[in-house]
Amino acid sequence: MSAMWVDATAIRDAVRARKIKAAEVVAGMIAKAKSANAKLNAFHEILEEDAMRQATAVDDAIAAGRDPGPMAGVPIAVKDNIATREGHTTCSSRMLENYRSPFDATCIERLRAAGAIMLGKTNLDEFAMGSSSEHCAWGAVKNPWDISRVPGGSSGGSAVAAAAGLCGVALGSDTGGSIRQPASLCGCVGFKPTYGRVSRYGLVAFGSSLDQIGPLAQSVRDAALTYACIAGVDARDSTSAQIAVENPLAQLEQPIKGLRVGVPAEYLSDANDPQVNALVRSALDRLKANGATIVPVRLPLTDVGISIYYVIAPAEASANLARFDGIRYGHRAAAKPGQSLDQLYASTRGEGFGAEVQRRIMLGTYVLSAGYYDAYYGRALKVRRLIKAEFDKAFESCDVIAGPASPTPAFRAGGMSDPLQMYLCDVYTVNTNIAGIPGISLPIGAVRSDGASLPVGLHLQAPAMADAALLRAARMVESLHPEAAVKPTL
Amino acid sequence: MTEIHPLTLQETAHVAKLARLAVPEDRLPSLRDQLAGVLGHVAKLKAINVEGVQPMTTPFTQVNRLDDDEPGPCLDISELLRNAPAVEGRYLAVPKVLAEES
Repeated sequence: MSAMWVDATAIRDAVRARKIKAAEVVAGMIAKAKSANAKLNAFHEILEEDAMRQATAVDDAIAAGRDPGPMAGVPIAVKDNIATREGHTTCSSRMLENYRSPFDATCIERLRAAGAIMLGKTNLDEFAMGSSSEHCAWGAVKNPWDISRVPGGSSGGSAVAAAAGLCGVALGSDTGGSIRQPASLCGCVGFKPTYGRVSRYGLVAFGSSLDQIGPLAQSVRDAALTYACIAGVDARDSTSAQIAVENPLAQLEQPIKGLRVGVPAEYLSDANDPQVNALVRSALDRLKANGATIVPVRLPLTDVGISIYYVIAPAEASANLARFDGIRYGHRAAAKPGQSLDQLYASTRGEGFGAEVQRRIMLGTYVLSAGYYDAYYGRALKVRRLIKAEFDKAFESCDVIAGPASPTPAFRAGGMSDPLQMYLCDVYTVNTNIAGIPGISLPIGAVRSDGASLPVGLHLQAPAMADAALLRAARMVESLHPEAAVKPTL
Repeated sequence: MTEIHPLTLQETAHVAKLARLAVPEDRLPSLRDQLAGVLGHVAKLKAINVEGVQPMTTPFTQVNRLDDDEPGPCLDISELLRNAPAVEGRYLAVPKVLAEES
């Protein structure tokens, strides 16, 4: 079981059954991650010493006859915008280059308590703003299927780590598709739970009404296992839901009888790559042949989502990122004689933030400024309610809504120089966050492009708090696509 | 892009000032064009009828939840100061805030 393709559940089972020691699993994974990282740049930091210490603690617990937890020995790759006491938490930004969190995020605490091992921190688009993981202060992340292509973003490092088997499972964050789009482009499972289901305590805030932490995994079962460990109310996040978490593993293997799959015509647009549409149609055919009902639904505001997302997310980001001022932590520009405090803030932020982050802060500042607030931000919030209502109506006639996670497979690095073109990649994922509902992308096959085999993900969405049912539906799709379980050659 | 929002260089510089971002002057034209491109796309919103619709600030429904006012442990000050760019004793050091004369 050393350098193999093993998922989190298999590792957990083997460690708990004493077939292998957690320390052996972790040492093997560190070696594999280090060697692949030279090519893929998925990790900013591999926490070798701490990981080995945690693994020994798990082995000691087992030797002493204590329960090592439901994720015993599973190495976790953590997106570097999630606070960990060990190592740094940089958000792939010069602004936080030397920042060390004095606390663990709630999800990290819970995973540690479940026996999981924090393996390292993964690269992202700076402050989670991007769809290609090219806007990373520590270099671009590479797609494991073709290193001349992007892995998607912003959780690109975590998606690569999960897809290339450089961890048992990875954690990401999703504000407009940042878990699901890279999962689709790299060929792994990416799950964004319902807003409020997973505590955001310790997630560096980008768009507070949109952000949600979730797993990137090699299988739906692993995603469900991880979610089960991190979900649930947290006193330190007042937006975590006080609603009991339904165990997603209990009925995961039982297909939902008479599953109704809603398909909006808007999702199979002619603007998509035709090979992507063909794979989505074929997945729907398989579901139908296995007892599901395909229900046509309407979501006419689909393409308006990008417009309101690029008002709401930058508005929230401009407020959230105001805290990076060079005073309490993070980068501070060298003081110049006679400089005012305002000038110090401005030079600190001008130096510390990359170009894309600066663009979004300015966009947010603009739409919130006097004279424009009502026309942009106020109006966007009203359209947000209309989009939520459109989903509510669609879910009256279906259990899940299906479509592509991304309009195209992985594109070439450097291929999108216009920020707006990059923003449009998220057309099928942003509305999930806008409405606060759960969404998952899982591999359904690959397309050929210039000699490369590029994975394609099916995107499923469900009503708020129907996370367990969504995972069950995703497991059905996964079981109907055994050929999609291929792995990249490293 | 349906319409280009008439954003001037002067307005772009003003937004950068409001955002406390030092932007070199030679970057302003490209920033202006990129922001105008996004704002032009966003202008689609104007065509949507939102009469009588209440704004939705969050998908979360359990708002105004209050916790019991009980003291609990807090983070260690020396650990917090470890991340500060400049300290004096147990305090954050900052440049002089008040001018010498008014």
